Amino acid sequence: MTVDFNFMIGGEAGQGIQSVSFILSKAMMRGGYYVYSDQDFESRIRGGHSFSRVRVRDRKVRAPSEEVSILLALNKDTVDRHLDEMKPEGEALVILDERTVRSGLADKGIMLDVPLEQLAIQSTANRIMSNTVALGAALGAVEYDFDLLAGVLRQEFSRHGEKVAEDNVKAARAGYDYALQHRGKKFGQRLKARRASTKIFLTGHEAVAFGAMVAGCKFVAGYPMTPTTSILEYVAQKGRDFGVKVIQTEDEISAINMVVGAGYAGVRAMTATSGGGFCLMVEGLSLAGMTETPVVVVLGQRPGPAIGLPTRTEQGELWFALHAGHGEFPRAILAPGGIDDAFWLTIKAFNLAEKYQSPVIILTDHDLADSYSTVEPFDLSQVTIDRGELLSEQEVNQLTAYKRHLITDSGVSPRALPLVGKALVATDSDEHNEEGHSIEDAETRRQMVLKRMRKLDGLRSELGKPRVHKKRGAKITLVGWGSTYGAIKEAQELLVAEGLPVNVLHLNEIWPFPADDVALILRGSKKNIFIESNATGQLAQLTRRETGIKADATILKFDGRPFSAQYIVNGVKKEAS
Amino acid sequence: MVTKVTTEDYAAASEIAWCPGCGNFGILRAVRKALVSLQIEPHRVLMVSGIGQAGKFPHYTRCHVLNELHGRPIPAATAAKIVNPELTVIAISGDGDAYGEGGNHFIHSMNRNVDITYLVHNNQVYALTKGQACPTTDLGYTTRMNPQGAWVSLRPLALAVACDCSFVARGFAGEVDHLARLVEIGVKHRGFALIEILQPCVTFNNKNTFQWYKQRVYKLEAEVGYNPGDRAAAFNKALEWGDRIPIGVIYQKERPLFEEYIGVSAAAPLVREEINPLQFRELMNEFK
Ligand SMILES: Cc1ncc(C[n+]2csc(CCOP(=O)(O)OP(=O)(O)O)c2C)c(N)n1
Ligand code: SF4
Repeated sequence: MTVDFNFMIGGEAGQGIQSVSFILSKAMMRGGYYVYSDQDFESRIRGGHSFSRVRVRDRKVRAPSEEVSILLALNKDTVDRHLDEMKPEGEALVILDERTVRSGLADKGIMLDVPLEQLAIQSTANRIMSNTVALGAALGAVEYDFDLLAGVLRQEFSRHGEKVAEDNVKAARAGYDYALQHRGKKFGQRLKARRASTKIFLTGHEAVAFGAMVAGCKFVAGYPMTPTTSILEYVAQKGRDFGVKVIQTEDEISAINMVVGAGYAGVRAMTATSGGGFCLMVEGLSLAGMTETPVVVVLGQRPGPAIGLPTRTEQGELWFALHAGHGEFPRAILAPGGIDDAFWLTIKAFNLAEKYQSPVIILTDHDLADSYSTVEPFDLSQVTIDRGELLSEQEVNQLTAYKRHLITDSGVSPRALPLVGKALVATDSDEHNEEGHSIEDAETRRQMVLKRMRKLDGLRSELGKPRVHKKRGAKITLVGWGSTYGAIKEAQELLVAEGLPVNVLHLNEIWPFPADDVALILRGSKKNIFIESNATGQLAQLTRRETGIKADATILKFDGRPFSAQYIVNGVKKEAS
Repeated sequence: MVTKVTTEDYAAASEIAWCPGCGNFGILRAVRKALVSLQIEPHRVLMVSGIGQAGKFPHYTRCHVLNELHGRPIPAATAAKIVNPELTVIAISGDGDAYGEGGNHFIHSMNRNVDITYLVHNNQVYALTKGQACPTTDLGYTTRMNPQGAWVSLRPLALAVACDCSFVARGFAGEVDHLARLVEIGVKHRGFALIEILQPCVTFNNKNTFQWYKQRVYKLEAEVGYNPGDRAAAFNKALEWGDRIPIGVIYQKERPLFEEYIGVSAAAPLVREEINPLQFRELMNEFK
């Protein structure tokens, strides 16, 4: 029997929803399950309505589901908002404390009334532990292995001292036992731990931040902005033991220019921001293009324009990333489709930036940023570091004169670093000659533009092919990019199961655009449906521009919420009929 | 043995495109003199400049050059120094670059206190864009873009003292030896050294001329009892502008370096650190 179980924890900001969700997820992962968990938070610190979903499967899971199995309702609002998302009776359970929530569900078979506060006080004399009681109750209701939960609780709370850790275990146990006894006969769902897990569990932005460190990034400059603050914070905390420096700058303009300074001086450097901050960085991005300085910029999209929906998701900035900057210069754009991609493409970003001495943009979004999922540990022995044509001290000292912007067939000039040998390294935001000094003559200008643009050919040859998943008999191809990969892939599985086979084409390395590969696939398909989290179908437009092929249909979502597979399935069925 | 560094070592790397008689020539002579006197070889020096007449400066001395955007030399210079503290990093701006477009970086770099030297060429106009008012233009001075006369006049050195900038000085392009000495002290100073340089623009500023400055500037060294460690006194000197204009070290203070705070040093610069993906195995286990 397959398992597809969906917990939801809802309440106010400040009720510990995130930590309940995280601990629950880890306990599930350690029992051998695949877990996907996403967060839905308002842009506020206290109050409001927030929830997190923890989806548990015995197969890969990369997207949320909208049907809830167990709802942990920490307030009444949660019940009111999510009751109609519950699975049918028998498969659904709402866990709440009727004394505080007053749901009016008493006569419904799906309710499990747990005296959360009372149990918290009885077991630990601490009312704050009621959310841990609820967590225990959720696992008790499905008879999950309690020891796995206790293990995660101890790990998570041990930094607050042994007493806090043990109190959490006690509180969870109280909830667990209570639920086990009182869950009633109607709810028949069980989740048994399967086997010991070898997996890891992390968010997309943790994967980017970790990947950057693995790639040898030594310098990060940034100004906090949701959803990329998590990258800056992760590296600031974990990078300390590895000599990685993180600077909180006065603004994003400073951040990008610092990254240019650090890249020029010779270290791998990165900044991370969101749309508004990226606006401020645009001039600096162009500077990196002109001075041929390697820089990596993470652009974590959220809905715009302006401040938009700060804590929500959207894929509205593909065109912005593509065109940001004045003047013409080469760049690469990578858009991870999940946690693995986020890690590996970040490493690739640093290699490409140095090999082509150009800016590389990693395009993520809020959904990828904050959603957790289980993946196999990254095989670090497979990581290659390619610093491109970086001259050693010996090589530099053999040169008679050094030309930072030497005109070459590939467009890439061998790169010397200050104080690695005695070469003088000059570069300029003005158009310059091979020595890096400013010029105005027409021919040098022409040659320099051509030299820089030649790098695009090299870049193009380095990008991987788009992901294609074909199904026999499919007449429809679902096309997407970036973080929506998981939902699209799952939609394909559901549609195949329902007898409507579809192909999937997914782009995670978007620029330079793999026009030939994309055209080949789209031409072999009867109907191409583009699925994007934006209002204008940016990939659809880009595809038309680059291949001449027009989208037959689009499924566009721009309400700030992520796609689920079911949402896509419904859209495809409408288009197919 | 290190060969002796001479003025020839700092010869111009490209043709100089300043108007004859521009104050920038005096600054160029002074900076070369200071670097020779400090016996720093050109390949140990990184000059980072913004955009403007002052921004061209690094191309006119042999050294590493990063010619940045208008207003942005400071962030780039800061980062370059952090990743390689062995470099002598000198940032160069015009007044518009430093106090206008780059105003935010100006304030925060003084707070941060990275060990770089900041030369601000103050000609009290935007010269490269042909003579508009800048943040330090004298009140009432008219330009084509400010026909009613300049309306605000910032006192950047007072702002610097207020920010507790660890080294605040003013030089004059017409006093080359004095300026060279200031640059020397500034480069040697551990921390962010701001040196504002009065730089007559013979083309666009017909008020603040060599003559005008010569009649007004006086040297702080000659001022009996002036103590650059006294912040209140420094603040008053920084505000002085008119009949008398002080040049010399206005304020100096020892303050911890940002480099120390984030743990970088010339002994182990970030640029020399090895890249080793395998060292992150343990860290990955935290995700288990
Ligand atoms: C973002 C931006 N805005 C405006 C300009 C145009 N610009 C070039 S130099 C300059 C002013 C230079 O004045 P200042 O810094 O005082 O230097 P000076 O030429 O007087 O030495 C301006 C406004 C620019 N290059 N970039
Ligand atoms: S315009 Fe003024 S500042 Fe520029 S070079 Fe000429 S004199 Fe010097």
